[in-house]
Amino acid sequence: MSNQDPDWPSENRIWNHSAETLPREEIEALQLERLRAMVERVAKVPFYRDQFEHAEIGPQSIRSLADLRRLPFTTKDDLRRHQPLGFLAVPRKELARIHGSSGTTGIPTFVAYTAQDLRTWSELCARFLVAGGLRPAHTAQVAFGYGLFTGGFGLHYGIERVGAAVIPTAAGNTRRQIDIMRELTPEVLICTPSYALTIADAARELGIDPATLPMRYGHFGGEPWTEDMRREIEDQLGLQAFNNYGLSEVFGPGVAGECPLHEGMHIQEDHFIVECLDPETLEPVAEGEPGELVITNLTREATPLIRYRTRDIARLYREPCACGRTTMRMSRVTGRTDDMLIIRGVNVFPSQIEEALLRVEGTTPHYLIEVDRPGTLDEVRVKVEMRPEIFSDRMDRMQALCEHISREIQTVAGIRAHVDLVEPRSIERFVGKARRVLDKRRLSD
Amino acid sequence: MKLQQLSLFLENRPGQLGAPLEAIAAEGINILTLSLADTAQFGILRLIVREWEQAKQIFEQGGWVVKQTEVVAVDVLDRPGGLASALAVLEAAELNIEYMYAFSLRRDDKAILIFRFEDPDRAIEVLLENGLHVVETEELMRHVG
Ligand SMILES: [Zn+2]
Repeated sequence: MSNQDPDWPSENRIWNHSAETLPREEIEALQLERLRAMVERVAKVPFYRDQFEHAEIGPQSIRSLADLRRLPFTTKDDLRRHQPLGFLAVPRKELARIHGSSGTTGIPTFVAYTAQDLRTWSELCARFLVAGGLRPAHTAQVAFGYGLFTGGFGLHYGIERVGAAVIPTAAGNTRRQIDIMRELTPEVLICTPSYALTIADAARELGIDPATLPMRYGHFGGEPWTEDMRREIEDQLGLQAFNNYGLSEVFGPGVAGECPLHEGMHIQEDHFIVECLDPETLEPVAEGEPGELVITNLTREATPLIRYRTRDIARLYREPCACGRTTMRMSRVTGRTDDMLIIRGVNVFPSQIEEALLRVEGTTPHYLIEVDRPGTLDEVRVKVEMRPEIFSDRMDRMQALCEHISREIQTVAGIRAHVDLVEPRSIERFVGKARRVLDKRRLSD
Repeated sequence: MKLQQLSLFLENRPGQLGAPLEAIAAEGINILTLSLADTAQFGILRLIVREWEQAKQIFEQGGWVVKQTEVVAVDVLDRPGGLASALAVLEAAELNIEYMYAFSLRRDDKAILIFRFEDPDRAIEVLLENGLHVVETEELMRHVG
């Protein structure tokens, strides 16, 4: 086994020991120094220059990390309004790569990389790949899209940086992917979590037990997924699944990734400052509470962003991890601010309702959150489809079930909700992403 | 001596009750007795039919959530005190009644009480020991049919 290689003595190998295990005060000193330099650099970008001038901010305004909060936010709309490449902080001739991120309008938002940015990106990906089992002797199959959208490329560079071999199959042609796995026996699979399950399904259709496929480690990202999905992927494919996080606006994959303890993703804090804010008040949430991730680039050259509002909801944890890395960790992304509901002044994410339902066995597959304001106060009804597992012929048991669900929602989301038990198949089904919220208040506004 | 009862989950909306009943009627299944427990929002329809296995299959295929449970039927004289005397027996034996419903048979001057017990076997013993008459499916058919 390659992790018994003398150069790679420990299961818990850290790729960049000095960067990933810096004492807290040193991380913060480095962040402060880099933030100051970044403020100076982005002052060349018209969008930031105007805002800095208006607020009379300059590098000298950044005396401590707390001063980050004096800096303006950057939103996806800001990026769109300044396309193409309005956020460029280097001369165009210095670019080595241009990628695009998808936009709801159909026109991609372009992001650019200098040669140094591409090196940084490889480093970021190498770190989480190694944390998740990749070793120089390994072969990794990248079944991730390669193209205008980031994804495949960053991972590809990270694998090369570690010194392992890449099979760049890209996404699609699942049958061929499986043939290649069986021929070339990669130890590592890299793709989206849903594609991992597609591979398992396809293998079964071919009469192959997916657990007999050779991969021992999987790195999955690019879309939100759940712990249930992790268990399913691990059981079906017989590998250890690692989560990673990133978005092309601030680099691509590599912002954060899991270590073998799977207790959150380590944030590469020497390259990013990640804040967790209440999306309404824009004040920091208490540690461990869900909030919107707001990310500041510390090292990106081509298109660095200050306080980019990701609209991703997650939690941050500051206590050091037992793996030895000292960096802050983030939970998996549990929702999007676009989905956030404000119920009588309380921020509620559909993912919290789902979390509550998960605690009551048999209630999760089909549910719908309905919000209305019949008078002056918001009302929430959670519709849960009846299933044989939760049905009883006893009325007291059925009422107890409603109360149980309601109590869990109160605990997790902090709101009172009516629970409506509804008949099977009465909640509309959608192909792909389920629609979980019906906000009737918006309809009548 | 136990009867098989089917329970269905229904939303409490006009017309919800008709569809499952029509579904079994279309297959020629007669309902021996039926009761509905409901809240403002949903209801539990409980029914006893002779061909309960067939009915259960029809309901499941129709997309209803259905549960089969064992209940006990007792007949008493349909006059004041008839029900009370049966309940007194059960109470004295400290038997847990989860729920019950009743209907009267004018023709026979009798009332049928349907009980859902926590422990139906023990309940039957107690009922018989106390001289009460436990009604079986065939007998119920004769009464109702
Ligand atoms: Zn760790």
